[in-house]
Amino acid sequence: MTIVFISDDAQALACGADAVAAAFEKAGCTVERVSSWGMFWLEPLVEIGGLGYGPVRVEDVEGILTRHAELVSASTPHPSSSATIEAWTLERQSPTVKQVQGDDLCVGSLEHHPFIARQQRHSFARAGKTRPLSLVDYTATGGWTGLDRARSMAPADVVAEVTASGLRGRGGAGFPAGIKWKTVLEAKGTTKYIVCNADEGDSATFADRMMMEGDPFHLLEGMAIAAHAVGAGEGYVYVRSEYPHAIAKLNAAIALAAEKLAPFRVEVRVGAGAYVCGEETSLLNSIEGKRAEVRAKPPLPALEGLFGCPTVVNNVLTLAAIPHIMAEGGASRYAELGMGRSKGTMPIQLAGNIKHGGLFETAFGITLNELIHDIGGGTASGRPVKAVQVGGPLGAYIHPDQFDLPFDYEAYSVADALIGHGGITVFDDSADMGAMARFAFEFCAAESCGKCTPCRIGSTRGVELIDRILGSGKTAPDSVEALPQMHNARKAGRSRDEEFQLLEDLCETMQFGSLCALGGFTPYPVRSALKHWPEDFGQAGSAQ
Amino acid sequence: MDGDQLHDIIAGHQGRKGALLPMLHAIQHEFGCIDAKAEAEVAKALNLSRAEVHGVVSFYHDFTPAPDPRPMIELCRAEACKARGVEAIAPAAEAAAGERVNLKTVYCLGLCATGPNARVGDTLHSRLDEAALLSLVQSA
Ligand SMILES: Cc1cc2nc3c(=O)[nH]c(=O)nc-3n(C[C@H](O)[C@H](O)[C@H](O)COP(=O)(O)O)c2cc1C
Ligand code: SF4
Ligand code: FES
Repeated sequence: MTIVFISDDAQALACGADAVAAAFEKAGCTVERVSSWGMFWLEPLVEIGGLGYGPVRVEDVEGILTRHAELVSASTPHPSSSATIEAWTLERQSPTVKQVQGDDLCVGSLEHHPFIARQQRHSFARAGKTRPLSLVDYTATGGWTGLDRARSMAPADVVAEVTASGLRGRGGAGFPAGIKWKTVLEAKGTTKYIVCNADEGDSATFADRMMMEGDPFHLLEGMAIAAHAVGAGEGYVYVRSEYPHAIAKLNAAIALAAEKLAPFRVEVRVGAGAYVCGEETSLLNSIEGKRAEVRAKPPLPALEGLFGCPTVVNNVLTLAAIPHIMAEGGASRYAELGMGRSKGTMPIQLAGNIKHGGLFETAFGITLNELIHDIGGGTASGRPVKAVQVGGPLGAYIHPDQFDLPFDYEAYSVADALIGHGGITVFDDSADMGAMARFAFEFCAAESCGKCTPCRIGSTRGVELIDRILGSGKTAPDSVEALPQMHNARKAGRSRDEEFQLLEDLCETMQFGSLCALGGFTPYPVRSALKHWPEDFGQAGSAQ
Repeated sequence: MDGDQLHDIIAGHQGRKGALLPMLHAIQHEFGCIDAKAEAEVAKALNLSRAEVHGVVSFYHDFTPAPDPRPMIELCRAEACKARGVEAIAPAAEAAAGERVNLKTVYCLGLCATGPNARVGDTLHSRLDEAALLSLVQSA
């Protein structure tokens, strides 16, 4: 009997993995649903006897099985047919790439595929290899060792190791995880909470989703370690409603692992389609059942967070880095990776118009050139790269001239750019950067929580302003300025130079006058688009 | 809206910490909306004012004050899907959807390496071209 591994990650499902799995079953194979390798251009990706085939359509199934049967009879030792983890590992090492040349669906051994072999997968070590809801698989691949070790230590020692690892928050702000935990540990109060931020709203990001769907126990282990370290009894995972598969997997995993996690208890809370709920204080308000407006800080959530109690709010990837760090010697191994103050590995997400899109976990320091050209293979369309946006909708657009920028929090911030949650969107030369700048304002207007004026109103004014700039000819006065009660407003239209000056003023007001990064960072994509591609705003030459 | 069913849903969540959001999700799921009556019942159960509940309901994109009986397709129009051409295929889909299908814009479904992407219920669709998106709309 042939065992076939196919992912049940939402990305694979969206590409048709269920139908392919059904076809293999119909052909008499045993299909095991595993997590995704994160090579999304190959989904649905099928693994048989250590060899990967993708992207597979239902009509390819018969041919793959025929070719596989020929391979099996030619190879010694026989790929095993038992469903144990050890057997899979053996099977992965069997046939060599040479044997399968000339088969355009076959991508060879997945473990040795260049996209995988170049990575340093720590948080995603299990990706593609284990069944997400199998406790047997999880334990057999080193699961729970971090938790067991942490629980044998004093909480302050756990916090000290996390601090020593240099781990910084992966949700965007890059705040040192150990310092946050220490604050919560030392905060007064008997009730404390762990809140996992799984709102992952940035375009081009999917690593949180992959973790929740592919290795949910790993995230829960990280949360349980955090709970032990700070003295929390309860935790929440706040997942966006756009992720129904992640929600189902997490709920199932929590039920399966309840005994191991005890006395710590975890509950999933589902968002309701608001991007701003990814901001930690908005998220806390949302869980509490309030309007999800951003709270002013202080008080810090670490001191007065959920229901007024000391709370650790960490991103999925931050918490998922913890089990590895808490393994014997893990903290120092982690701290050796990376560059400067950006330690360890970052699960980078390659998205948009890129040939090899997917999850690439690697140590900090890698350049955009390597990521986009060497690893990503350039654009999917085959056209030249025009721009990339790093860090989601609030991140700057980066010009190919800057592609030697190393992936590092500090280097990006010096370049007025953002690493954020590590999402990279590639655009080819057909992209209209004027339209993208307009979209930045449009998105901010749609998602603003409404608490502060620069963001709530400025975003809408920004859309109007860009529309006037992108419309040809002399611009008419603004509709609000034209109202009779606006005595001091100008009644004549602006010249183009004046419109650009107004745009700059607006960006400055939003950047410095907004309470949170939604309003405060929206100017980054706008300004960077204008700076590098003035011609897309009808500006000849340079607006720098 | 069936009053008994509404009460059952409310009672089922009432004791929880932060009960409002799960309660609203359950009501939206069951009735396809959260109307004034539901807001009032929820407010009473949680000892809140109706204004407070309405403030929460109106805050979120997922909650609607009136039911929309049309089939819904959620189409991602965020950056990574724009980079893969969603704006070029959206107009034809909008025209085909007309008033019959609710073609709703969403920002990111977490499938950003293989867009354009859409969601119908809990079923996801990736690598859409114009023909594939049109057939989603037509079969909705
Ligand atoms: C508008 C906005 C959206 C955010 N969205 C997310 C998000 O989706 N996921 C996340 O982990 N952090 C997000 N953050 C950052 C959080 O506020 C917070 O810094 C983070 O959850 C802290 O966890 P970390 O230290 O592990 O990164 C967002 C911030 C802002 C201002
Ligand atoms: S910047 Fe925008 S999202 Fe942030 S607090 Fe102000 S209004 Fe709310
Ligand atoms: S941007 Fe469309 S799925 Fe993420």
